[in-house]
Amino acid sequence: MIEWGLFTESWPQYAAGLWMTAKLTVLALVVGMCIAIPLAVARVSASPWVSGPVWAYSYFFRGTPMLVRLLLVYYGLGQFEWVRAQWEAGNPFWLIFRDPYGCALVTFALNTGAYTTEIIAGALRSVPHGEVEAARACGMTRFTMLRRILLPGALRRAMPAYSNEVIFMLHGTAIASTVTLVDLTGAARNAYSTFFAPFEAFIFAGLIYLCITFALVGLFRLAERRWLAHLQPRKPAPRTA
Amino acid sequence: MTQLIVEDLHKRYGDHEVLKGVSLSAEAGDVISIIGSSGSGKSTFLRCINFLEQPDAGRITVSGEEIRLVRGKDGHLKVADAKQLQRLRTRLAMVFQHFNLWAHMTVLENVIEAPIHVLGLPRKEALERAMAYLDKVGISRFKDSYPAHMSGGQQQRVAIARALAMEPAVLLFDEPTSALDPELVGEVLKVMRGLAEEGRTMVVVTHEMGFAREVSNKVMFLHQGLAEESGVPAEVFANPKSERLRQFLSGNLK
Repeated sequence: MIEWGLFTESWPQYAAGLWMTAKLTVLALVVGMCIAIPLAVARVSASPWVSGPVWAYSYFFRGTPMLVRLLLVYYGLGQFEWVRAQWEAGNPFWLIFRDPYGCALVTFALNTGAYTTEIIAGALRSVPHGEVEAARACGMTRFTMLRRILLPGALRRAMPAYSNEVIFMLHGTAIASTVTLVDLTGAARNAYSTFFAPFEAFIFAGLIYLCITFALVGLFRLAERRWLAHLQPRKPAPRTA
Repeated sequence: MTQLIVEDLHKRYGDHEVLKGVSLSAEAGDVISIIGSSGSGKSTFLRCINFLEQPDAGRITVSGEEIRLVRGKDGHLKVADAKQLQRLRTRLAMVFQHFNLWAHMTVLENVIEAPIHVLGLPRKEALERAMAYLDKVGISRFKDSYPAHMSGGQQQRVAIARALAMEPAVLLFDEPTSALDPELVGEVLKVMRGLAEEGRTMVVVTHEMGFAREVSNKVMFLHQGLAEESGVPAEVFANPKSERLRQFLSGNLK
């Protein structure tokens, strides 16, 4: 009944697909976080000239499906004469968009960047006003306050929400297979067409996604125990004299 | 030496004038209590001294250096030089009603934070300083605890250690015991009394009439944005000249 040959013969393809999935996920998250931290600071600015553009960015990216954006970038950009001219001229920035890997990475990074911006901005807004006053009252500059008080407090508080975003991103990379990339889902599609065993092909991929997700949840739990200790119930405190 | 001079401070919120020209001068070692009913402007006055609130008029001099102010286009008074304000704020440490400790930092991290990242002290020196002040407020065994895991009285003592670690010219206390359970007020007042006896310069907004009378050497009674009466506590409490102070005291001294 079960096509066991699929597991024994095509696992190297699955391993290669897993590597692609891991690269896309980790790089998108790293780039997304680098985008999100400064944008989150801008997002909570009192000036609409600063927060407005960030609002527009995050609403556009959170308001459209990632698949649509990926297809737009991968198939859509090549439609423009000017972009094709840049490819001919060898402009390294635009060449990113001729490569499906580049298209996927940029799309994913901008996507997770938008969600992470909102998560961090929300955490920044929830820093108690008293902590800000204490920082001002002891003579901190705005930058020191941001670096030492606001961001460390906010990034910690953002962790539970961010762990969801990481898992969404991992699962979201599955759509890379629609633009010819062979990630884990792509490997499963190939195995399916080789063995004509769709159930085995996709359950294998699903189980691997499941294992990574559980590992990530476990890692975040450890990280929260370490970095969110100040919000957890009190450990046995030193005895009061 | 005069550590702090506040001259003719005015502050209004819209049409409501909260401070109508209040002055204060603190010599080294002075402990000045500011008393008055709620809404009298006493907290606002204290918060204007280090510009947590923007005063509309007035002059503030810390350790002989006047905070430079300019009038902005909108007519409001502004600090002319942010760097100067930041420097002078390190000379005026503040203790808040709600402690305002940094929640993600342990007790020790709270106390060494500003000495390292504002004053630029080497970490080792900041740690020594912090442990000395945590000892002084009797809380050194909690050095690795987080604020949320401590009682209000303990948190406020950490906040006092944090203020002391800046080794400021003047300590500002904004109703330091008002948010505490009655049985925890004593431990904080005891620490403050100890600081007064060491000769530290303190300006204390308080509802603790016992503290104002016994520990401070000057007391100022604010009423509707004006210093209605001020002087030596023994005098002020024994012979209140104004009817309002008499009423206030009869309501507060049981």
